[in-house]
Amino acid sequence: MSALVREHYNFAYLDEHTKRMIRRALLKGVAIPGYQVPFASREMPMPYGWGTGGVQVSAACMVPEDRVKVIDQGADDTTNAISIRKFFERTAGVTVTERTKEATLIQTRHRIPEQPLSEDQILVYQVPIPEPLRFLEPRETETRKMHALSEYGLMHVKLYEDISQHGEIATSYAYPAEVNGRHVFDPSPIPKFDNPKLDNSPALQLFGAGREQRIYAVPPYTRVRSLDFEDYPFVAARAEHRCALCGSTHTYLDEVIIDDEGGRMFVCSDTDYCNEQQRANAEAERDAG
Amino acid sequence: MSKALNAPPTSAPSATTPTAFPAASPTTSPTASLDALSGGFADASFDSAHAFRTLLDVMARPGLIGRLMQAKAPAPASPSLATALLTLCDGTTPLFLAPSHATPALKDWIAFHMGAPLTADPAEAVFAVGSWDSLGGIERFAVGSDDYPDRSTTVLVETDWLANEGLRLTGPGIATSAFLNLPQSWLPALQSNHALYPQGVDCFFCCEEAIAALPRSTRVEAG
Repeated sequence: MSALVREHYNFAYLDEHTKRMIRRALLKGVAIPGYQVPFASREMPMPYGWGTGGVQVSAACMVPEDRVKVIDQGADDTTNAISIRKFFERTAGVTVTERTKEATLIQTRHRIPEQPLSEDQILVYQVPIPEPLRFLEPRETETRKMHALSEYGLMHVKLYEDISQHGEIATSYAYPAEVNGRHVFDPSPIPKFDNPKLDNSPALQLFGAGREQRIYAVPPYTRVRSLDFEDYPFVAARAEHRCALCGSTHTYLDEVIIDDEGGRMFVCSDTDYCNEQQRANAEAERDAG
Repeated sequence: MSKALNAPPTSAPSATTPTAFPAASPTTSPTASLDALSGGFADASFDSAHAFRTLLDVMARPGLIGRLMQAKAPAPASPSLATALLTLCDGTTPLFLAPSHATPALKDWIAFHMGAPLTADPAEAVFAVGSWDSLGGIERFAVGSDDYPDRSTTVLVETDWLANEGLRLTGPGIATSAFLNLPQSWLPALQSNHALYPQGVDCFFCCEEAIAALPRSTRVEAG
């Protein structure tokens, strides 16, 4: 534990009163999977949209022994991910890592790591808009009633309209799913490629929306069913390419523009997984040669 | 960090609520006040962080038995119960003490360490503490509303024994099934609580340093 942490910050930045409030909300969220628990979100030393909800959830469940990984759309080396990692290094004195396998607490913006998670890990999502029905019904009073009555017809109509307009369900991220057979929830703007990883995960998944002041959770081994129709089943889509760096054909890819003549490449969005694949490829090559 | 910094704000005084400092209470003996002052977290932020991680773990994996021993409260409160209270309760969480735990010493300890207002109305309690029989049935407590199922009571039940045998648990957090040695006679209450899902109360079971949880989402059957 560095002297800086001891002298200048309470452990993990937040005061104890705030942490107790968030912790009570987290327990309720875990007890009612997919239900959005209101909480008194605090101002954090970073702008809304940079993961203030995720940071508060992480801070409330962090222990000094945690190894913390932060990813932003799969990448460990973006400004957002680096800032949050530094924040916890400084305020909680925790060890940080980029390796998914080594991490005990992973905060993520818009991706689930490719490496399957284990029972010893907690995945914390940064959530911009927690209410899956918000763009269909702007009134909180109405969406709350719809959740209370399990009235999710509007969401199915939306998916149906996708099909009638585009011939398929065009929703490609923040794809709505039903948790524990009861609450329809927004898994944050992860690509729908990641939706199957929500289901029956051995890891505890926590969601924090700072601006919207909501916390929700998916406990381990919980049924998460992406909404679909019998004749239009859910498809976890990805770009039909190989990763230009590691050659992977089963990962979620980012499209990167590389010149001003229409040149482009597809690379894994999960930087840690891609690096590991490249190392494995290099070793295999060396062994073969 | 000094104790004074951690002292909770004084709750609104009432006939049943002792104010924050036990010396003000006429029922307090000198030994009781010593008990009331000791047994808190040695290091509030670290101890509560470790304790909460255990609470989160057991709530997320019903049937899992965790260990909590960071705090000690006067009898009959076990260390796991004391630690859970100290981690979760403060002046904003009305607390219901069943007769089994409504002792002056424990009330003083709660008043000094967390300042949680005591309530005699089970439906108003955010947390409830006691032995199963003394609590008088978990159906007395708040189960939340249709709109806000989270506005429910969390019940901390002191038990004599915790082991992974007996009643069979299935549901979120459980890969196949888990077992917890709760008495068969509790089964109807636990089942009707689950039937209210997403409403209902969530339970912690405390026994010495051991703690396990049973959220409303868990289906309970005879083992």
